[in-house]
Amino acid sequence: MAEPILQVSGLVKHYPLTQGIVFRKQVGAVKAVDGVDFELGRGETLGIVGESGCGKSTVAKMLVNLEKPTAGEIRYKGEDIARLSGKALRSVRRNIQMVFQDPYTSLNPRMTVGDIIGEPYEIHPEVAPKGDRRTKVQELLDVVGLNPEYINRYPHQFSGGQRQRIGIARGLALRPEIIVADEPVSALDVSVQAQVINLLDRLQSEFELSYIFIAHDLSIVRHISDRVGVMYLGRIVETGRDSEIYEHPTHPYTQALLSAVPVPDPEAREHRERIILAGDVPSPTNIPSGCRFRTRCWKAQERCALEVPALAVPAEFRFATGPAAHDSACHFAEEKQVVPPEETPEEAPKEPSEQEE
Amino acid sequence: MLLEVRDLQVEFRTRDGIAKAVNGVSYSVDAGETLAVLGESGSGKSVTAQAVMGILDIPPGKITGGEILFRGQDLLKFKEDERRKVRGAEMAMIFQDALSSLNPVLSVGDQLGEMFLVHRGMSKKDARAKAVELMDRVRIPAAKERVKDYPHQFSGGMRQRIMIAMALALEPALIIADEPTTALDVTVQAQVMDLLAELQREYNMGLILITHDLGVVADVADKIAVMYAGRIVESAPVHDIYKAPAHPYTRGLLESIPRLDQKGQELYAIKGLPPNLMNIPPGCAFNPRCPMAQDVCRTDVPPLFEVDEVRRSACHFWRECLHG
Amino acid sequence: MPEPFESEGAISGAGMGGAMDLAVAEGQTLETAPGGPDGTGPAGRPRSLWSDAWRDLRRNPVFIISALVILFLVVISLWPSLIASGNPLKCDLAKAQEGSQPGHPFGYDGQGCDVYTRTVYGARKSVTVGVCATLGVALLGSVLGGLAGFFGGFWDSLLSRITDIFFAIPVVLGGLVLLSVVTSNTVWPVIGFMVLLGWPQISRIARGSVITAKQNDYVQAARALGASNSRILLRHIAPNAIAPVIVVATIALGTYIALEATLSYLGVGLKPPTVSWGIDISAASPYIRNAPHMLLWPAGALAVTVLAFIMLGDAVRDALDPKLRS
Repeated sequence: MAEPILQVSGLVKHYPLTQGIVFRKQVGAVKAVDGVDFELGRGETLGIVGESGCGKSTVAKMLVNLEKPTAGEIRYKGEDIARLSGKALRSVRRNIQMVFQDPYTSLNPRMTVGDIIGEPYEIHPEVAPKGDRRTKVQELLDVVGLNPEYINRYPHQFSGGQRQRIGIARGLALRPEIIVADEPVSALDVSVQAQVINLLDRLQSEFELSYIFIAHDLSIVRHISDRVGVMYLGRIVETGRDSEIYEHPTHPYTQALLSAVPVPDPEAREHRERIILAGDVPSPTNIPSGCRFRTRCWKAQERCALEVPALAVPAEFRFATGPAAHDSACHFAEEKQVVPPEETPEEAPKEPSEQEE
Repeated sequence: MLLEVRDLQVEFRTRDGIAKAVNGVSYSVDAGETLAVLGESGSGKSVTAQAVMGILDIPPGKITGGEILFRGQDLLKFKEDERRKVRGAEMAMIFQDALSSLNPVLSVGDQLGEMFLVHRGMSKKDARAKAVELMDRVRIPAAKERVKDYPHQFSGGMRQRIMIAMALALEPALIIADEPTTALDVTVQAQVMDLLAELQREYNMGLILITHDLGVVADVADKIAVMYAGRIVESAPVHDIYKAPAHPYTRGLLESIPRLDQKGQELYAIKGLPPNLMNIPPGCAFNPRCPMAQDVCRTDVPPLFEVDEVRRSACHFWRECLHG
Repeated sequence: MPEPFESEGAISGAGMGGAMDLAVAEGQTLETAPGGPDGTGPAGRPRSLWSDAWRDLRRNPVFIISALVILFLVVISLWPSLIASGNPLKCDLAKAQEGSQPGHPFGYDGQGCDVYTRTVYGARKSVTVGVCATLGVALLGSVLGGLAGFFGGFWDSLLSRITDIFFAIPVVLGGLVLLSVVTSNTVWPVIGFMVLLGWPQISRIARGSVITAKQNDYVQAARALGASNSRILLRHIAPNAIAPVIVVATIALGTYIALEATLSYLGVGLKPPTVSWGIDISAASPYIRNAPHMLLWPAGALAVTVLAFIMLGDAVRDALDPKLRS
């Protein structure tokens, strides 16, 4: 991996649950994020996938300092940004920007596009002198593929995809090094998603950006990410390079997640094994003991209820060098191929023996 | 044929002008068959379904032409009270957002039981028993105890099951599911889709699945109708369409989604935006975004050409698209 | 050189929640169009919400008419003798309740005073009470409610309880108790009383709409950029939360003028010889069957005033919503 620009360790966010109006007492906590570690290399894209409520958006908010972590560190170039304030925090903020999920609520409907994209310069006036700002905003519009003459328009005059481009332009204004994108395309139409993903791809090389790309759509995450972390109930359960996760998953949750993704190929439905998980994700106020996935896991045994599995290369693969040897928090990790290996649909074999190894 | 929509046209009259939401849509679905209607927002896929169900908001909506034949009878000629008898008993709808489709102040048992009280004139006790039976059917654990619970006490997946139970209550012949799993997580999506497919087989119902997700379509549909700007641009059995699309829009959609099993370089992206429904381009509505567009596409509206007995494509150059 | 905007294509009021899939679509702008070749070229003067709103208002006939009416009211409040030469306190009981006659187009009231003169002179007190009470209520209520909604926590709970207490005070009874100890016969104690009892209504509305606005992602986005609280409040929340405050405040304006009348009638508001619409309306109301003109003119003036302010409020609210601009 390239030199790490962001190091996250032991990140925790608990929201206390209180009772009583006058005398508040804590009766529990929503453990939204419960011990997350990862690193982001310069120029790299780290994808974080997980279902709703797994804590991936809370991680994003902590990375851009919208939420203060309950515990843990977020080191940007060695400095813990969670403890910064005032001037130091402002300068870090310039370097870590966010792109939001919903292009309809993330732009102020009563500001012109010029004001929206220009606001970063008003908050950080040292970045651009006043006279230059308008030109800079127009340059940014051009960079994200919008007509620079739209500067006086309001957000409602744009479609979802165009609004997301405006959001991206705002994120780029301060020339950040890291962009945290929280589900940036999930609110868009299919044909527009590809445009925005291509734009993000292009901007990454043009501006040497590092991305944290958070999404629930595994296909999109695979497309854009160099490395992937899979989250479940506030923790990363498996992490590795994209091919390691997608082609050689060893954690049962990742396997189930991958097998559940509908593949746009009717031929595949006959020779795909589907792992359908029972039940729902447990409540983050009441996390199961031991392995937090055990209540839905078909492999769960007594040990899973007693021992928390560590996120490390499982013992089975410790001395192996293959793609299966990556971090996976499971006591009974084993490789299982759920996504058919890359092949064109026409040539896909139809023998049932191809289902499983 | 269970349901046949013929040349349906729907308009919306608004402050800013007339939006042509549906411009001559025809499709059909038989008992036991799954038709997927695929399209982006603004394609008219939901409006068509609302017209079929008879729940279109009129005004601003207005059906300006066409027929909706249900078991051979044109529903558009029915009076409202006759229509109401069809709705629920003969055809039912499942919505995307189960939470807002359920009444938050009534227990799910009451809401399920109401169907039997109103349509079947059952006693309260029998209706409650039926509600429990339905919840068992859609595999809600501990149905007997949970029948008294309120919608917010269920998870998203469970609520969608309750919606399915409600749709199934009177054993309709046709179910219209409008993005039934879009709001759900991937692992729960699979559970719900499987349940829906299984119940459909069991009751031999016709199913119209409205979705924007090509993956979901591939998993469950028998045939597919792709909509764009209020028209069907391609219809075909599901295998054919994925193997070789006969319309450039379908092809663009298929190529523009990232694949789980492939790590591509740049994604193919259809350029531009879907048209404004108040100002649909002349000729083929897709022509400004189409890589294959020629002069004829800008002037002549392409009819649905017969590709073979079961396939149709509304593209002047369907041959080139199919083989190119 | 702002080009005319395309209509937004959204079907307002149509559809049923998420099932409706007619979305905003734009006809002419192409998603991938990389913008004009003159990428850095001028695109007209920089515009903002306020300059656009002003441009919109100047062309809005509703705004122009209501603003002219209000301007007229302000002028006659300041200089009533400009259009009324008589003395509102010079009355002739012999002419009591007489109808319209030359030189006295509105007729005479129960005391034989000229209704036209009294209506013109009454504007000063009534408009002062209405406008000052509304401004006071709107300012106090929206600042307190807005801050409580924005910061939440202890002060929010405290403020909510306080507004609950004020809601429990009956207005007329409160007026009888509080104003009966006041001896001054100016409008200020009355206005003070109205602000004291009126602010919780606006505060509640402002709090609610600030909480709604606060939850939008654009507030988070501004925060992530490092925006200060005051910037977030003034630039992002206030413009998006102010509409309901404007509407309720302008409707309340009429209520305050009427409330002044009620209080005056009960003897705790303004006292004769002060001239106000409220006093005249309450004095005339028992005679509505015999001499309706006595009630009609001051009441009509009140109605026109209230209507003008409501129209002004509506026009301002619409101008501040870019979606409603043509």
